[in-house]
Amino acid sequence: MAPVTMVEAIREALDEEMQRDPSVVLIGEDIGVYGGAFKATEGLLAKYGWERVIDTPISETAIIGAAVGMSYQGLRPVAEMQFIDFIACCFNQMVNFVAKSHYRWGGPVPMVVRGPCGGGVHGGPFHSQNPEMWFVHTPGLKVVYPSTAYDAKGLLKSAIRDNNPVLCLEHKFLYRRVKEELPAEDYTVPIGKLAVRRPGRDLTIATYGAMTLHSLDAAEELAKEGIEAEVLDLRTLMPLDRQGIIDSVRKTNKLLVVHEDVRSGGIAGEIAATVNEQAFEDLDGPILRVTSLDTPVPFSPPLEERFLPQVADITRAARELARY
Amino acid sequence: MTLPEMKYPLSRDQLLDLYYFMKLTRELDEQLVRLFRQNKVVGGLYSSIGQEASAVGTAYTLEKRDWIAPMIRNVGGLLVKGFRPRDILMQYMARSGAPTGGKDGTSHFGDLQDRHVVSPISMLGDLIPVMTGVAMGGRYLGQKIVTMTWIGDGGTSTGAFHEGMNLAAAQHAPFVCVVENNQWAYSTPVARQVPLKNLADRARAYGIPGYVVDGNDVIAVYQATKEAVELARRGEGPVLVESKTMRMKGHAQHDPAGYVPPEMFEYWKARDPLALYEKWLTENKVWDKKAKDEIEARIERELKEDIEIAEASPLPNAEEAERGVYCEGCHTIEAHWERPIAEVQPPKASVQPVWTVPDFGALNNARGSAPAAAASAPDDGARAEAHSNSSAKSAPAGSGAPKRPARAEARPKGRR
Ligand SMILES: Cc1ncc(C[n+]2csc(CCOP(=O)(O)OP(=O)(O)O)c2C)c(N)n1
Ligand SMILES: [Mg+2]
Repeated sequence: MAPVTMVEAIREALDEEMQRDPSVVLIGEDIGVYGGAFKATEGLLAKYGWERVIDTPISETAIIGAAVGMSYQGLRPVAEMQFIDFIACCFNQMVNFVAKSHYRWGGPVPMVVRGPCGGGVHGGPFHSQNPEMWFVHTPGLKVVYPSTAYDAKGLLKSAIRDNNPVLCLEHKFLYRRVKEELPAEDYTVPIGKLAVRRPGRDLTIATYGAMTLHSLDAAEELAKEGIEAEVLDLRTLMPLDRQGIIDSVRKTNKLLVVHEDVRSGGIAGEIAATVNEQAFEDLDGPILRVTSLDTPVPFSPPLEERFLPQVADITRAARELARY
Repeated sequence: MTLPEMKYPLSRDQLLDLYYFMKLTRELDEQLVRLFRQNKVVGGLYSSIGQEASAVGTAYTLEKRDWIAPMIRNVGGLLVKGFRPRDILMQYMARSGAPTGGKDGTSHFGDLQDRHVVSPISMLGDLIPVMTGVAMGGRYLGQKIVTMTWIGDGGTSTGAFHEGMNLAAAQHAPFVCVVENNQWAYSTPVARQVPLKNLADRARAYGIPGYVVDGNDVIAVYQATKEAVELARRGEGPVLVESKTMRMKGHAQHDPAGYVPPEMFEYWKARDPLALYEKWLTENKVWDKKAKDEIEARIERELKEDIEIAEASPLPNAEEAERGVYCEGCHTIEAHWERPIAEVQPPKASVQPVWTVPDFGALNNARGSAPAAAASAPDDGARAEAHSNSSAKSAPAGSGAPKRPARAEARPKGRR
């Protein structure tokens, strides 16, 4: 098997699920003839036809609304946001219709919303955002955010098979930068389980998405200084693998949370609160965080570089924590 | 007895059925007001008095396999679809026996499996794309269904309404949207919301037929909506039906509606849908006093029983608040296929992924004069042009079929 990129892994997941289950349909803007702005759906129209790969007008609210309606018919629609930033246009559908349907009246919504998120590609304020916490904060939704091609494929398959609405965030910086060989046979990655990317005894770095790569680079450097960091890739943000985080903190007694999302209201706060409640006695130092700035995502390269967490920010925070 | 001639005939039983549902809606409404005054209703109470013909006459055009999503003033539609007064009573009273078990109130409930009812949300407009999706899904599965929802005059100004109608039109979805123009959106009159006399004119922007109908004449409502439903079922795309009626109470119980000119209430009171229909049934000798009395006694009996059931239902246990955020195996998701699955799987499903562009879009294009015609899926060219002459038109009882654009071929290949 030749190694595949993350975006190819996503396409494989869609293709294989469509082949396996005729109730899987795709809906979004420019996903058919063009194959999607990032080519995640390339070739699928040719294979599955107009009824299953539905090009829509520029109407995010209608895309999500129609996907909900199709899921009430027992279908499993996968809706693409051309850039995840545009999900703000259908926020109401997401948080009021989709998320609350099962709780309010027992109407399950087995749909997936997926799209490219994240910065580092100079996309500017409207093509770089990380909107995960808007949805983590909305009961009823699941939110996954892979960092590898393997996970992108396995989590998307789990999302499609899940009876609940799942938001799949795909970091566009990683789309073509991570590459790996994937198993030939069908596999899934369970929603709600983190992965230990690097074991360590001195401190825990909990992170996800593109920051997993930065954190692993930082851990490599820290190891040269004799600091062994354990790197946790959260993979799912809702439901959060709280136990996995606690288990690691019990071992290392120190926690650094790293995310590309802005600082205030980011998941670091939720993780810190959880560890305080459940493992306070195990802590040997303060819970620290490395995050983006509390600003919109700026456009120009030096500005965006300042906005985003860098490897050096992570090593600096880790050294500080290691001193306790 | 000979019944009046109609384009879409109704039997005597059906005519009496319509009366039963309208009267039941009215009586249920009045019982709810009584319960509200006794503090047994939790939260606000929304009346559909004056709009019974509109909700019942539209929903009655549907078959069992069809889908609806009721808005708050469409209790009549819920009753037609098979829910009972007890369901609505317990929803308003927040009881454990309510369809949502107290998780939500009012008409916010549904039933995907048997009655094909989608629960609304409060945010106006959002049901339009959702019911478009139910229609698209049904078509994909090979079901010959029609979906229907209602929206107020006020709700037609939301972005969701526009996005949904536009997608429904672009997709030729078998969807009927009933605009209930009851003259008011809370305290704001129609003229202050929309610079249109007929809200059905909004249909022109989507290139779909728009009908105007007297919403207080249940027969007219039925005839016009039936035509719309048949059109949609034949695969000719969505239809917008404007039902002109009047909200005869305030927005909800708390609102005395002092902003409505008293003469306006007087005008519409003389056009009360129930009184009009009673008169029609009598004049056309469909019923006699005995038949009327029987229906009314039945309603009284049923309501009495349902109120007892509702009052006996306890409030929900507090722990229920913690359950049901996710489906954890409590539902089996199953699509009901009514076509061969092979049709949607390769190699049968496979197509040439190219657009045909029958009109190049210039102002004076030799290939067609309508600038609206645009790039489209294969075979999809004629559509925009064909639709450009459809516009709002009245479709009262017995009126001829509206001029229909030829559009059978106007779909991407393989879609049905
Ligand atoms: C998007 C949205 N904005 C505001 C409201 C609050 N609201 C509830 S009903 C209503 C008036 C609705 O008027 P109309 O659509 O004409 O329906 P009617 O009440 O007359 O049946 C308003 C403003 C809402 N439910 N949804
Ligand atoms: Mg109104």
